[in-house]
Amino acid sequence: MIPLKCTDEVIEYMHEYLDNDISKENEQKLRQALQDCEDCRNYFNELKKAIAFVQSTSHIEAPSNFTASVMAKLPKEKKKVSVNRWLKHHPFLTAVSLFLVLMSGVLFSSWNTDHQFAFSKQPELVVENDTVIVPEGKVVTGDIVVRNGNIKIEGQVDGNVTVINGDQFLAAAGEVTGDIEEIDQVFEWLWYQVKDTFTQMKNMIMKNKE
Amino acid sequence: MELLVKQRIKEVLKGDQSAYEEIVEIYKDKVFQLCFRMLGNRHEAEDMAQEAFVRAYVNIHTFNTNLKFSTWLYRIATNLCIDRIRKKKPDYYLDAEVAGTDGLNMYSQIASDIESPEDQVESLELHDIIQREITKLPEKYRTVIVLKYIEELSLKEIGKVLDMPIGTIKTRIHRGREALRKQLSNI
Repeated sequence: MIPLKCTDEVIEYMHEYLDNDISKENEQKLRQALQDCEDCRNYFNELKKAIAFVQSTSHIEAPSNFTASVMAKLPKEKKKVSVNRWLKHHPFLTAVSLFLVLMSGVLFSSWNTDHQFAFSKQPELVVENDTVIVPEGKVVTGDIVVRNGNIKIEGQVDGNVTVINGDQFLAAAGEVTGDIEEIDQVFEWLWYQVKDTFTQMKNMIMKNKE
Repeated sequence: MELLVKQRIKEVLKGDQSAYEEIVEIYKDKVFQLCFRMLGNRHEAEDMAQEAFVRAYVNIHTFNTNLKFSTWLYRIATNLCIDRIRKKKPDYYLDAEVAGTDGLNMYSQIASDIESPEDQVESLELHDIIQREITKLPEKYRTVIVLKYIEELSLKEIGKVLDMPIGTIKTRIHRGREALRKQLSNI
């Protein structure tokens, strides 16, 4: 058998082999050629060496800030989407903030509608402009609450006095058996509302028990 | 992997930009590597790889979900690199050699407190030579060689990336291998 020389044909077989794309028949011919011809062997080794060299180049990694740089270069997304995503990722916070928004809405609306002068109806009280007067020598039994006005106590009050958005003047002769409280700030007012609600609930529960 | 990526793409399509971050994380090394082997320069490679991701994001609605995302991404990156090679402007980078000097680069022109270039060259010398030889290949052979032997894609995938018949890919790989054999035979 005549040995195959380093012909184009054999070189073509080498490439087919390197592509994993060689027929049994051609592979046999290639093996024969490599066995018979030193030039073919060298040529084939050089090809394989070149591939090995290319493959040996160490795998390099992208610079550390790569992802951040890409994200910074992207066109801005629509605001709506980022809000939706935040809401989706924080369901508890969403519920809490929704609750707070609604609650504060309710409280503030009642704060705002509460701006007219008002006071607890008691038979002995006298009113001058926006000042509620407990007249000298009179005794008021029960609590007094004055909203958006002042109170002047010259007589005696058998109970608590609460002034919301106003001042209280206690005359030397005046007397209050309970507590006197002035509420001016929104937060104090809120606290008062909360306390008031709880007291009312407590009273209701007590009454129910009785 | 492809499933996760497809899921993220759906989220990106709905307008959720942060879902894209994960996609970048998954493919950044491969895309950067592809660009670096094509261009032989870190700065250019970083520019091109970032540009590839930005373009993929901007055009994500044109992505055909029947394809592999990586194939599409590689196509964008290779096209960018090929364009870059073709209109190779003389951009100046600090590690480019200064003309008329023997191995001096722009770094030597500025005060430096990092390790000397010699320290780095010593360990990477062979890689550098190989990289230089890859960069010497004509761009159409370089692309297929990089995709096949560095990104380790199959001939079929390379055909999809470059949108060319497998016959053409094979011919180019053969020619590329021949060129590399000649260039690297004396090492």
